[in-house]
Amino acid sequence: MFQNLSLLVQAPVLNVQLLLDGLFIGATFALAAYGLALVWGVMNVKNLAQGDFVMMGGYITVALAQAGIHPILALPVAIVVMFIFGWVVYKLVIRYVIDRDLFTSLLATFGLAIVIAQGLNLIFGPEVRTADSGLAIRSIFGGLVTIAEIKLASFGLAAALAVIVILFMKRSRMGQAIRATAQDARAARVMGIDTDRVYAFTFALNAAICGASGVLISMIWVIQPFFGITYSIRSFVIVTAAGFGNLPGVIAAGFGLGLAEQYGGFVLGAQFQQATVVGLLVLVLIWRQIQQARHRQAVR
Amino acid sequence: MLTACAAAVTFAFAGPASARVDGDTIILGSAISLTGKYSANGVNAQNGYNFAVDTINKRGGVRVGGKAYKLKVVYYDDESTPARGAQLAERLIQQDGIKYMLGPYSSGLTKAIAPVTEKYKIPMVEAEGAARSLFTQGYKYIFAVLSTSEQYLASSVALAAEMAEKNGKKPSEVRVAMVFENDPFSLDVRAGVVDDVSKFGMQTVLDDKMPRDLSDISATLTKVKALKPDLLVISGHEKGATTAARQIKEMKIDVPMIAMTHCESGKVIQQFGKATEGFLCPTQWAETLTYRGATFGSAADYDKAFKAAYPSYKTVPYQTAQASAAVLVWKDAFERANSFDTEAVREALASTQLDTFYGHMKFSPAGNGIGKPMVLRQIQNGNYVVVAPTKYAAAPLVYPRNADQ
Repeated sequence: MFQNLSLLVQAPVLNVQLLLDGLFIGATFALAAYGLALVWGVMNVKNLAQGDFVMMGGYITVALAQAGIHPILALPVAIVVMFIFGWVVYKLVIRYVIDRDLFTSLLATFGLAIVIAQGLNLIFGPEVRTADSGLAIRSIFGGLVTIAEIKLASFGLAAALAVIVILFMKRSRMGQAIRATAQDARAARVMGIDTDRVYAFTFALNAAICGASGVLISMIWVIQPFFGITYSIRSFVIVTAAGFGNLPGVIAAGFGLGLAEQYGGFVLGAQFQQATVVGLLVLVLIWRQIQQARHRQAVR
Repeated sequence: MLTACAAAVTFAFAGPASARVDGDTIILGSAISLTGKYSANGVNAQNGYNFAVDTINKRGGVRVGGKAYKLKVVYYDDESTPARGAQLAERLIQQDGIKYMLGPYSSGLTKAIAPVTEKYKIPMVEAEGAARSLFTQGYKYIFAVLSTSEQYLASSVALAAEMAEKNGKKPSEVRVAMVFENDPFSLDVRAGVVDDVSKFGMQTVLDDKMPRDLSDISATLTKVKALKPDLLVISGHEKGATTAARQIKEMKIDVPMIAMTHCESGKVIQQFGKATEGFLCPTQWAETLTYRGATFGSAADYDKAFKAAYPSYKTVPYQTAQASAAVLVWKDAFERANSFDTEAVREALASTQLDTFYGHMKFSPAGNGIGKPMVLRQIQNGNYVVVAPTKYAAAPLVYPRNADQ
């Protein structure tokens, strides 16, 4: 560990690599997490199939890439397909668990996660896949730091998608309806908002966002039918840390998580890369608990 | 009354005392991964079993007591989960009356099933579980046709030492970076590498363990870049190979010698092309080896016949070849034992000395295969070429590897 730290001090340029990789991947984490924040905040559904939606997006990319379509062009396709898929899943499953207690929705989405993972495994097989973008890889600092252009591109796409979603939520009628439903579903219903439709749209939008995130991940990392769970965990960590309805917070936490993973992997070793994520979650929860305890005291 | 009923039912299902031999058919049993994360190689292994069974049946079957018997395998899908595997082994033995087992796919599943076969004293010839720890439990009924996993990458360390001496360096000056998945198989591979590294007095500059659900090792590779080792050793099943190859390409890692397991099943050449040039990949078997045996002829003959029978295969994975070898071992054991008594057959298995297309079959007292070496192939111009051991080498090692990205 100290050896690795001294490596960072001796060759500070390595920090550049870790920072860049952390930010690039953090952007895609933030995207999936924002989708979770949306369904969590609006519908109070904790979607455990979040990561599996991400994998589906990835596999759509891989399938299209095999048919000769450039992975970046898979982005709109994945968004549309996943939006429809999300709508169908809402109508078939989520609608029935939305008013039930926490465990029903957890169990339902967990079941959904298993079905999706096994389905992907049956269709695509358990091999690890990746979509080759064919873009160049740049070296800087005498080759010590490399930047894959696809990572830059996916970072830009993630940012663009985030802006579109923000504008949509702020400006469009549906966006306003979603926010109104999140604040008070009953009042929204009284005001004439069809909350069932709002829920369906929210869930579908989440699936679409996850699909987009999956497209980006299949281009910059690798995907496998059973990798979904790690993205679900990451999304939960980010949303728990940032709180829902707090988009800047989600983005910041996404970047933070990306960086924490890279530095965790470098300093503590690869075996702790994902443990860092869960460790951070514990810290965040403790911190939240302390905050709330203080809050309760103040109220008393 | 109830007991009588139960007895009648048992009798009806178990049939006569030799239900494992049904008329002129010897029935073998196997729980194998047909779905779940190991399904690709589970199916490869099943095809290997089936191909050998069909071939043996076509060529006169198994001769015991002057009579020819056919072989048949009963399969269950273990869904790639060890708990399910153990359950199914119980079911095969208890309900289906199986007395002769073929192994499942992967060390993890074999580890789950071995205690069951051991409990019922049912011999198992397994072809897909290479973990060292399978053979340190004092098991008496497990026989593995393959080389154990600590031998997978150990020979790459010896090669690195050889290359160092050739270039006027001492082997002790060689710097080794190790990246291993945190699972029983890869930790065994690591143990073999660590032994050889300390034997040559080499320096370990990096020793990272990859998480199970890995999709990123760029932080580790950043360290590799800074440390500039002479040898980089990686093991983490297919996903480890694919992830590593992808990021080695992306980060332009130019270590002169890179050795990793599962290159072939991870499809690294197809996916990452020239960036994989010079990778050293261990294999249990290759169709270019000069092994030869009775049923299938040479390794090349097996390769040709299998592809003809299963046209969807462009290359034959070693997982398939060794599964076929396990069936050959069973045939040989039945014939030498000249009996269907499990103890007699176990004795025959323990004293196996059989030449096959997959290499010489011989078991240590612990049950692991010791008849054939592990082979090291190098990716040269997009093909796998045997470079070690020297006896079987088809071409010299390219050192340093052409890091042509």
